[in-house]
Amino acid sequence: MRLGYPTNIKIIRVPCTGKVDILHILRSFEKGADGVYAVGCLEGECHYNSGNLRARKRIEQAKKILDSIGVGGERVQMRNLSSAEGPRFAQYAVEMDELIRKLGPNPIKLASKKKAA
Amino acid sequence: MNCKTPSKLEKILAAGHFAVTSECGPPRGSNIEHIVHKANLIKDHVDAINITDNQTSVTRLCSLAACIRLKLMGLEPVLQMVTRDRNRIALQSDILGAASFDIFNMLCLSGDHQSFGDCAQGQNVHDLDSMQLLQTVRHMRDEGKFLGGGDIDRPPKMFVGAAANPFADPFEIRVPRLAKKIAAGAEFIQTQCIYNLDKFELWMKMVRDRGLHEKVHILAGLTPLKTAGMAKYMKNRVPGMDVPDEVIKRMAGTPKEKQAEEGIKICIESVQRLKEVEGVKGFHIMAIEWEEKVPEIVENTGLYPRPKVD
Amino acid sequence: MIVADKKPIEEIIKEIESYNRVLILGCNECVTVCEAGGKKEVGILASALRMYFLNQGKDVKIDEVTLERQCDHEYLEEIRDKVDRYEAIVSLACGVGVQFTAEKYLTMPVYPGVNTCFLGVTEKRGLWTERCQACGKCMLAKTAGICPVSRCAKRLLNGPCGGSTKGKCEISKDIDCAWQLIVDRLNALGKIDDYENIIPLKDWSTDRAGGPRKVAREDVQS
Repeated sequence: MRLGYPTNIKIIRVPCTGKVDILHILRSFEKGADGVYAVGCLEGECHYNSGNLRARKRIEQAKKILDSIGVGGERVQMRNLSSAEGPRFAQYAVEMDELIRKLGPNPIKLASKKKAA
Repeated sequence: MNCKTPSKLEKILAAGHFAVTSECGPPRGSNIEHIVHKANLIKDHVDAINITDNQTSVTRLCSLAACIRLKLMGLEPVLQMVTRDRNRIALQSDILGAASFDIFNMLCLSGDHQSFGDCAQGQNVHDLDSMQLLQTVRHMRDEGKFLGGGDIDRPPKMFVGAAANPFADPFEIRVPRLAKKIAAGAEFIQTQCIYNLDKFELWMKMVRDRGLHEKVHILAGLTPLKTAGMAKYMKNRVPGMDVPDEVIKRMAGTPKEKQAEEGIKICIESVQRLKEVEGVKGFHIMAIEWEEKVPEIVENTGLYPRPKVD
Repeated sequence: MIVADKKPIEEIIKEIESYNRVLILGCNECVTVCEAGGKKEVGILASALRMYFLNQGKDVKIDEVTLERQCDHEYLEEIRDKVDRYEAIVSLACGVGVQFTAEKYLTMPVYPGVNTCFLGVTEKRGLWTERCQACGKCMLAKTAGICPVSRCAKRLLNGPCGGSTKGKCEISKDIDCAWQLIVDRLNALGKIDDYENIIPLKDWSTDRAGGPRKVAREDVQS
């Protein structure tokens, strides 16, 4: 299965989405990411029992923070799939790409470019 | 007849009569005529009238002022006092204030939590609890001293009461708790509204088993139901209230326009049944904003006319 | 431990928006355990603030330091040589740490980054509950090891009140009735007869009522 997905997505591997912290998400935006999404195992099928559920809660928390500082919580998303669902992986990537394009660039990135100029 | 205070309520109980008390809530404003009006509706049918102290934590005209007004009308007030709003200085001070107007009855309570009222963001005090307030009043009366040890010039002559809720949890300590209130100094008890008569009778049996009915005068509390809605509200929303399903069914099964009448009927039947319970020494009829119905209940339960004592 | 909760970020922004150089100062003790003001929370707040100000077109320097404690001189001294670089400090320590920092650095504005809530325990991750109000005269020996001062909504020393229903407090079905817990534990200890001992009027002079309190122990003073 050689599926294509948007090339502007940088994959960061973690042993489990439970490893993803709010700080990782915030730092990504600080460094210029336009959107961040975590792709975890299907809910109820986490290898470590509840890592993906924790990730979802942290994503929710990150959304709130991003909303309150004017970056926009929509830029962070949580998705779930099983390891056998390659097409769905690609589909999520396309959807995320479309969503972020609709939202436009991360305002922080624009602001720091302006500052540098 | 051996009385410790000039209280008319104490004299009636000491003479072995069933006592009848009722209660009035002060107005949400300074127009004291509301209390005068309520008191006039019931004064010939009860021995004493409780004045509530900011009940359900809703701010009202103060209990003490309303009691003074009743006293000036020649009536017998029972000053309700909660420990929620005053520290031991204010409590003692108000007791003396009441005593200066020859108010001879007090009911010591902890009070509903302020979160139920109109000042939910306020602080509560609870320097003392109801048990310790009983001790305080008895100390002031019997020793003639302040909590701080100083002598009181003309100590208060208060007949001291407390509340008891036979229906709250944990049930197993409901009788020990009564024993504790008696040990703290309670001379009369007004109970929570009784709808579950079976449970009340069980509680009274446990009270008698310990001989507590001989150490304190227990007045059974009753509140006539106005509507089926009120019955349901009491059951579901009022903490520590036990309204059995039969009572709710009976109210709900009555046409709306007849529910008030049915509520009074239930109340009258309850009084009649409770008169037979050994250890019940009287009735505390709390007709909430329905004082005009008290005479009907008293007259239909053989409790009228009220005895004269001096 | 002292349990604190995060303040809304909007509230912190309002306090510090006039400054250009701000230090976010965390604490490695209680507020780290209750996940309100440790190194990680400092990082999150600092990152969010940096992005906020950047997005507002403001050039604000936000730095992060987390001390071992903010309630001891020696740790607070660690920032003495850096403190001049900032116009304000947001302390994520409890109210004690905020105040001690303010006392130490007299001319430095110090703002609280958390709401200090109570003395409590971690029941499970993300759930902390109150156990003590530091009344200064512990009476747990008389109440089966359960504190009515901190756990009864009316701090009744001779409870329960008439509002105790099915083990819960009258003010909320989510709060245990302290006196139900006391009765249950007296039963478990075989000491239910102790319930009838009346607890006398409490001396509250060691509580808040007595004014600011002090513990002076000459045996350990140098």
